[in-house]
Amino acid sequence: MSVQSPVKTWAEMILQVLKDNEIRLVTYVPDNVLRPLIDALHADPYFTVICPAREEEAVGIVAGAYMAGMRGITLMQTSGFATLPNALASLVRPYQFPLVMVISERGTLGDFQLGQAVVCRTMRPVLTSLNIEHFAIERLDDVEFVADRMIKQAFTTQEPAAIILSPLLTKKSNTSH
Amino acid sequence: MTSSEKHAVARDTARVMNRSDLTRRLVAKLKRNEAVIGGIGNTNFDLWASGQRPQNFYMLGSMGLAIPLALGVATAQPQRHVVALEGDGSLLMQLGTLGTVAMRAPKNLLMIVWDNGVYQITGSQKTLTSHGVDLVAMARAAGLANSAWARDEAHFDALLEDALAGHGPAFIAARTDEAKPAGTTERDPVKIRMRFMEGIAV
Repeated sequence: MSVQSPVKTWAEMILQVLKDNEIRLVTYVPDNVLRPLIDALHADPYFTVICPAREEEAVGIVAGAYMAGMRGITLMQTSGFATLPNALASLVRPYQFPLVMVISERGTLGDFQLGQAVVCRTMRPVLTSLNIEHFAIERLDDVEFVADRMIKQAFTTQEPAAIILSPLLTKKSNTSH
Repeated sequence: MTSSEKHAVARDTARVMNRSDLTRRLVAKLKRNEAVIGGIGNTNFDLWASGQRPQNFYMLGSMGLAIPLALGVATAQPQRHVVALEGDGSLLMQLGTLGTVAMRAPKNLLMIVWDNGVYQITGSQKTLTSHGVDLVAMARAAGLANSAWARDEAHFDALLEDALAGHGPAFIAARTDEAKPAGTTERDPVKIRMRFMEGIAV
């Protein structure tokens, strides 16, 4: 009888994709859904991990590091993304920074806070109006493929990208952990 | 200069100086290809007018993000000194970044704030520093012990030399007048980024 290796979690998969793409810097403003990824990043000396006070700072730090030769990524939740349109429109877009955002999607599929729900509905219209590539990952099977391809596309095309983590991935049973 | 002498100057007793002159004093002291991030508005206009070094980055929008950008550069290249230039209005918009810098404590990062007490470019409406907010006190309270007001031009030069010797993170605030900037930055963001990336490539 063969011994099956346990299925990797979405957080383990993303961490490996970051390494495969030589992304050594991670900035984030926390979110409970992202916690397993954040904990794993802090525990891994490969990564420099910075948690500033605001998402705008997280974007600025990653943009500065990129210009100095270090690839980075920034993690946030939906409400954090809602603080970013000015930085995206006046820094990331005009200077053509390959900013990769990982956004945990709050405010849908059973959220109990109206504020989260309303802010969630601003996310895709803002991404669309800024012409930013975005894709919501819903299945564990898709995590490695989508995250890896979106990161590669961002860096090769000098364009920002938003990898959205749907509650279907992070909350639905059997796929969250 | 002892630490207590360096830090003895209060905002009230700091001389009101000229931003363009102080920017040129800074640039004259840059001998090791230090990176400089110029914040939005007159701050980067005067940096531009001081000579277009390839190691200069001119931030045309994203008010308040000069220090985070500089922190990113300083994190990626710990051997290179990095200077962030900000105005008082810009820093007031992103005060949390002082705590972020203190947490990371990069020895190679110098933050300089020009405090003229007004949003000069939008018609000189008063900022909070005109109502008693002391940015050096805020920087210290955020954990940046090496923070000081520049008493006068000579003191500014001395503070610069200390910070560029690697005693960072350092924070220098200078009171400035409302003279117009000495030039206007050419507004081509991609060219600015690419020139900067080539200027600090390792």
